[in-house]
Amino acid sequence: MVGAGAGAKKTSPEVVKSGSGSSTMLMLKLKLKLKTKQQELLLRVSILCLVYVLAFITRLFSVLRYESMIHEFDPYFNYRTTLYLTENGFYEFWNWFDSDSWYPLGRIIGGTLYPGLMVTAAIIYWLLRLLSFAVHIREVCVLTAPFFASNTTIVAYFFGKEIWDSGAGLVAAALIAICPGYISRSVAGSYDNEGVAIFALLFTFYLFVKAVNTGSLAWALASAFGYFYMVSAWGGYVFIINLIPLYVLVLLVTGRYSMRLYVAYNSMYVVGMLLAMQIRFVGFQHVQSGEHMAAMGVFFLMQVFYMLDWVKYLLGDAKLFQAFLRITVTTALAVGVIALGLGTASGYISPWTGRFYSLLDPTYAKDHIPIIASVSEHQPTAWSSFMFDFHILLFLFPAGLYFCFKRLSDATIFIVMYGLTSMYFAGVMVRLILVATPAVCLISAIAVSATIKNLTLVARAKDNNKVSHSGSLKGSASSSKASSKASLDQSQPFQRNGAIALLLGAFYLLSKYATHCTWVTSEAYSSPSIVLAARGAHGQRVIFDDYREAYFWLRQNTPPDAKVMSWWDYGYQITAMGNRTVIVDNNTWNNTHIATVGRAMSSYEDEAYEIMRSLDVDYVLVVFGGVTGYSSDDINKFLWMVRIGGGVFPIIKEPDYLVNGEYRVDKGAAPKMLNCLMYKLSYYRFGELTTEYGKPPGYDRARGVEIGNKDIKLEYLEEAFTTSNWIVRIYKVKPPNNRW
Amino acid sequence: MSKLLIFLTLIPLLPILTTSFSPENPSGRRVLVLLDDLALKSSHSVFFNSLQSRGFDLDFKLADDPKIGLHRYGQYLYDGLILFCPTTERFGGSIDLAAILDFVDSGHDLIIAADSNASDLIREIATESGVDFDEDPAALVIDHSSYAVSNTEGDHTLIASDEYIKSDVILGSKKIEASADIAPVLFQGIGHSLNPSNSLVLKVLSASPSAYSSNPKSKLSNPPSLTGSAISLVSIVQARNNARILISGSLSMFSNRFFRSEVQKAGSPTKHEKSGNEQFLTELSKWVFHERGHLKAMNVRHHKAGEADEPTIYRVNDDLEYSVEIYEWSGASWEPYVADDVQVQFYMMSPYVLKNLSTDKKGSYFTAFKVPDVYGVFQFKIEYQRLGYTSLSLSKQIPVRPFKHNEYERFIPAAYPYYGAAFSMMTGFFIFTAVHLYSK
Repeated sequence: MVGAGAGAKKTSPEVVKSGSGSSTMLMLKLKLKLKTKQQELLLRVSILCLVYVLAFITRLFSVLRYESMIHEFDPYFNYRTTLYLTENGFYEFWNWFDSDSWYPLGRIIGGTLYPGLMVTAAIIYWLLRLLSFAVHIREVCVLTAPFFASNTTIVAYFFGKEIWDSGAGLVAAALIAICPGYISRSVAGSYDNEGVAIFALLFTFYLFVKAVNTGSLAWALASAFGYFYMVSAWGGYVFIINLIPLYVLVLLVTGRYSMRLYVAYNSMYVVGMLLAMQIRFVGFQHVQSGEHMAAMGVFFLMQVFYMLDWVKYLLGDAKLFQAFLRITVTTALAVGVIALGLGTASGYISPWTGRFYSLLDPTYAKDHIPIIASVSEHQPTAWSSFMFDFHILLFLFPAGLYFCFKRLSDATIFIVMYGLTSMYFAGVMVRLILVATPAVCLISAIAVSATIKNLTLVARAKDNNKVSHSGSLKGSASSSKASSKASLDQSQPFQRNGAIALLLGAFYLLSKYATHCTWVTSEAYSSPSIVLAARGAHGQRVIFDDYREAYFWLRQNTPPDAKVMSWWDYGYQITAMGNRTVIVDNNTWNNTHIATVGRAMSSYEDEAYEIMRSLDVDYVLVVFGGVTGYSSDDINKFLWMVRIGGGVFPIIKEPDYLVNGEYRVDKGAAPKMLNCLMYKLSYYRFGELTTEYGKPPGYDRARGVEIGNKDIKLEYLEEAFTTSNWIVRIYKVKPPNNRW
Repeated sequence: MSKLLIFLTLIPLLPILTTSFSPENPSGRRVLVLLDDLALKSSHSVFFNSLQSRGFDLDFKLADDPKIGLHRYGQYLYDGLILFCPTTERFGGSIDLAAILDFVDSGHDLIIAADSNASDLIREIATESGVDFDEDPAALVIDHSSYAVSNTEGDHTLIASDEYIKSDVILGSKKIEASADIAPVLFQGIGHSLNPSNSLVLKVLSASPSAYSSNPKSKLSNPPSLTGSAISLVSIVQARNNARILISGSLSMFSNRFFRSEVQKAGSPTKHEKSGNEQFLTELSKWVFHERGHLKAMNVRHHKAGEADEPTIYRVNDDLEYSVEIYEWSGASWEPYVADDVQVQFYMMSPYVLKNLSTDKKGSYFTAFKVPDVYGVFQFKIEYQRLGYTSLSLSKQIPVRPFKHNEYERFIPAAYPYYGAAFSMMTGFFIFTAVHLYSK
């Protein structure tokens, strides 16, 4: 940002046509008229290059701090599938039936994932191989997200240029390059769909706005292909297919209907829809699912508008046309409503999914679908995380909106709508901050760029004025312009100083933003979460590598066809790193199966044993933070297991695990809590361990209490492995008693 | 170098070494017999001789012999164990309760004979095997209606029972005592009951409905805890690993005296020359030592119809063939097992296919079926549990995948109108464009 801000200041004499007096080049002024343009281009390109590199390197903290590794949960699945794709080719990948997950149901991988990310990484990998770079696919996967983040900055530049001017574009590129809201999902190693999807999202929007601005079929088709890439990469494409119709609708309502819009929307929608149907996971949803019906409705509405235009042209009589309009609109609406009603009633059009509902009604998931509500990234956003992820952009955003409204055009209307809707969604779900980030950056960039430009104009105008007064040489045209301006400004004597002060203030804010972003990236968003780090008693860094320890134990010490039961969070990691079959994983497609696992975890040992036998479970894996104080362990997630289990099997009741509505694990805990499988597996032999000096044995550091059941006997399971910091504990399910 | 030489010279010996381990012989020959008193060796010689004549190598030891042990260097020294030591409180050497249970859990057979005043140790072994002896140590099974008539008017503790389990596999196909009527088995000892939570234990010889278990010398003050046919006199257990256990409440029923004695059941006019004990216990010991009723399944094969190789994955609606060979141990060799009730399941949480296997009477079982139209990880499962036979429990995992993208029909006849519509639309549009552009 600092670079871009300084660049904007430096370039302003060239950008602002009037301020052409650069005292060092006075003599060459006329000869170098073309040269200034080139100079500006050079500056712009070099700033963009710097921003491009900056966006990439700021995301490498995690590689430097830890190692080149895949982060979190979902990326492990993406990595595993990419590996499969590079090893077996595209058709095998497309038809892959994975028997290692969701035992015994299995999962059709090719039909239940968005292949865009894997195909992208594989293409990059093959390309590098073709160029004789001997890279490992893991390195490609680790660096895919930073690479696409860099590409996003370029798109942001062009988008900013399209809606405002190239200055705003440069600022937008610089802002988005380091915005924490985006970095949170695109650091090196965070190999997730969002990494490429934000690029695709912004690219599609840019191409669509370009198409609307130009009315060109080619841009519209390009945006359809951008949409196709987005559909192939992330389920968030639903946002596009709803925002664009909404935008078109707003343009129609505000009387901004034009042939450009007609061409852009229709070709983008039709071609984009046909292309999107090629993705197996999406299939016929564009014509059959409630979430996509808005786009179709607007498509038909466009045709009605076109016809009305034509009729108006034929009739030439305003009164007659008014009557005709009334009839047509009523009929069209009636037909649309009836078609939608019939489609929904007959089951042809599927109703909205739970995720979609929970976006519109944030309390919906909590009441109806615990599995959606349980996901941490689906929680409503806290104010602090807005501040954390946007910093000054949060204040610049309304300012940018003001500028947009001042200069309303088709393009600014689009960015305003994108900004407002995505801000709403960001408030509903914490992970959708990601979708709002590009809009916030663009709108803020408009504010920054417009303000700075105005301020420099003022500052330089005074400057020029003074310079001209002191009798130096001037181009006659510009001098007259400057003097007229100066005469205008002379009424406000402190304006120049004020402008300089404000410029300094803006510079201060932007540099604060840069430091904040770097700090957030390095402290909060560069942790792989598979390796945990903490500060030791003497300030040294302590690494807990328990997850990988456990998964490699599984890989090396269990039979190849062993089935591992764990809560779904760890499913992807177990299959990718442990190479063992899991019962449930992070692809939460089958609620009943997850509920069965939840039920097993919250039942008494003998009941759980029956369930585990029926699922052929050989090992049970639990994550336990009582020794290290790691708080996102299974005991803290346990109530969700109870809720999800109880949602399908009413025999599990949440109040059985609570005491007066309070969740506790100490002596006062509910008896069922103290004897359920999860409690037993987490705290088995924990009562013998002293975790902290001066505390009784069995003191749980994650919850800060002494546990209530220290004498845990396991009858149907036996401890197989516990990692060095007790974070992962693996138990073997015993075979049935030989003599009983 | 010298190591290499040794290795090279050993290579030709390898086949010999491996063949010496390979023959799968379920009826092991080495049996340890633990006795209270070596006099039992002669007083029960008929039973022991019948074992020895069948090739068993009996090793008689006193129960408190300090040198006895079941295994050495991780290898079991014996294939079977006979505990004729009802009063032993603790064994000598390294044998204890856990050692005996481990012995069984690693697939070896056990015969326990208790008696009145059975020690706690013997009771615990029995309890761990799923039977509970009467808690009163002095109790005997008394039956005032089906006792054995004897010369002296006794206390009716010598019981003549003929309530056998109906199984040719366990008791042999030859009816006990070839004469017209079945000779009852003499029993004198402590009764036991089966633990209802144990599904593996079976009554082989049960008491009559009029029997009860109590101390014959004292007056009956309380109702007896064990009564009627709930009392088991002789029980067997076949553990999940097919180890077999025989539990008898009477040691004397194995004795020569009982084997030889003539028997007349009270109320019955016939007097048998010889009790049924010898045949009953000999046949039962054949079962316990796996000379009968031991099955093995091998060569589980499955493949697509018309192919020979076993695939790693099936597709839905594939036709497949499944075969397995089942043999029964006859005591000396593996004979084909012939039955018409062997079933295979194609199982994923519940059986999707359940089919009887047809047999060629030479041990091979076969069936063919179509994979259901459901994908997932299936198992070929055979759960064959028949009374007296070892249980066969085979499962083989196989995933079933859906169609690949190129395995569907390319053109569907029903869709021809739509193909027609699409292509006519395209040509129509092309012609319209041409006409529109160039008509003027």
